[in-house]
Order: sequence, then structure tokens, then C-alpha cells
Amino acid sequence: MKIAILWLLLVGLTLLTWWAGQVGYSGQWLVVALLISVFTKGHFIIADFMALREVSPLWRILVHGWLVLVLCLIYLAYWVGM
Amino acid sequence: MWIFILAELLVFAIFFTSYAFARSGNVALFNHYQQTLNRDIGAANTLILLTGSLFVVLAVQAIKAGKVSLCRNWLLASIGSGALFVILKGIEFADKFGQGISLSTNTFYMFYLSLTFFHFMHVILGMIILAAVAWKAQAGDYSAAEHTGVETGASYWHMVDLVWIVLFPLVYVIR
Repeated sequence: MKIAILWLLLVGLTLLTWWAGQVGYSGQWLVVALLISVFTKGHFIIADFMALREVSPLWRILVHGWLVLVLCLIYLAYWVGM
Repeated sequence: MWIFILAELLVFAIFFTSYAFARSGNVALFNHYQQTLNRDIGAANTLILLTGSLFVVLAVQAIKAGKVSLCRNWLLASIGSGALFVILKGIEFADKFGQGISLSTNTFYMFYLSLTFFHFMHVILGMIILAAVAWKAQAGDYSAAEHTGVETGASYWHMVDLVWIVLFPLVYVIR
């Protein structure tokens, strides 16, 4: 049941991302919102789908660290391009 | 397998960062050509991969409960979702190639084609891995007590999903 609710959350966030693209929103705050959305989705995929919540913290930190690093670099690049 | 997954994530991180910084030097070009992408297919493929990941989680839960046939069936369903992704992505690629677009068209398309094709190949590899796991499940190689192979195959598939979760907004939406 929990996994189905998580799936629905992931679907909802994806539809919001698609909608943001369809209406043509742009700008720094949209990028921040999208990156937070990606982090939320990524967190649940890592912790619950990959089930890293149940294993050694090292693996969870490594994969979460990858996600945070990538999202920060994407934001930095966006900021540089503004 | 986890070392392999981390290595894959590192390569995708380099790809994503390269795309983002290339965009920062060519914002107008990237924003213009991003509008030529089929965002509907991109979103549909995100939903398909998420659903495939749900099926994989259910396969792992099934084998942990000792339900081998159910595990195999969920794995086959996730392979089916992967096939749907491949078909939709193929339609997207065919449309672009049909317009004469290639890696050398411009910087945006070079990144778009190489990034999405690289991920596309990972989806196919993920399907092959899941098929091998389903085959072994059918052969009775996994049980409630021993199912490391199922969990390993599942982790690879989730990695493919995780990467697309970043790729879709980065390439199709952020402007």
C-alpha cells in the first residue's frame, strides 16, 4: 500500500513538471521548484524503491550525495547562465 | 553491481553537468530548440519508467514472500513497460532523424541525442537484466531465503529510472 501511495506521489510530481513545461513557465524560482521536485522523487526512489533505507547508511549517502551534487551543479549552471 | 551502478551514475552526472554548463553559454539556442522536443512523450516515458519501477518493487516483494510465479509476472510487466518506453523513444528519435536532425545539427541536439540515446541503451540493458532475472526465477533459482539476484536486477532498473527523473526536467522543461 505504501509503495502505491509513493508511486502516486511520483506520478503527481511528474505531471506537475510536465504542466510547468506546457504553460511555458521559466525563471529561477521555477527551476528551484523543479529541482526540489526532482530531489523529492529521487529521494523516494533511492530510499523506498531501491530499498536503501534498509541497508548500510554508506550506500544511501553515496546515492543521495550523487543526487544532491548533480542538482546543485545544475542550479549553479542555470545561475551562471542568467 | 553497486560499484557498477555508482560508476554509471558518475558518468550520467558528468553528462548532466556538461549539458547544464553548455546551456549556460548558449541559453537562447537551448531554449529555442528545447521547444522542438515532444514534451508529451517525455512525460509519458517518465510515467512508464515509474510504473516499471513499481512493478519491480512488487516483484521483489513477491519473491520475499516466496511467490515465485508472481515475481516472474511482475518482472515481465516491468520488461513490458521498458518495451513501451523503447517504442515511444523510437518514435521520438524517428521524428527527429526524419527532419534531418543529427548530432552535428547544433550543440543542443548534440547533447539531446547523445544523452537520451545513452539512457535509451541503459533501458535496453535493464530489460535484458530483468529478462535474465525472470528466466532464473522461472527456473526456480530464487526463493524467499535467497533472492539477491532479484534485488540486484531491481536496483539497476531503479538506477535507470532515477537518471531519467533528472534528465526529463533538465532537457525537456527547464528554461
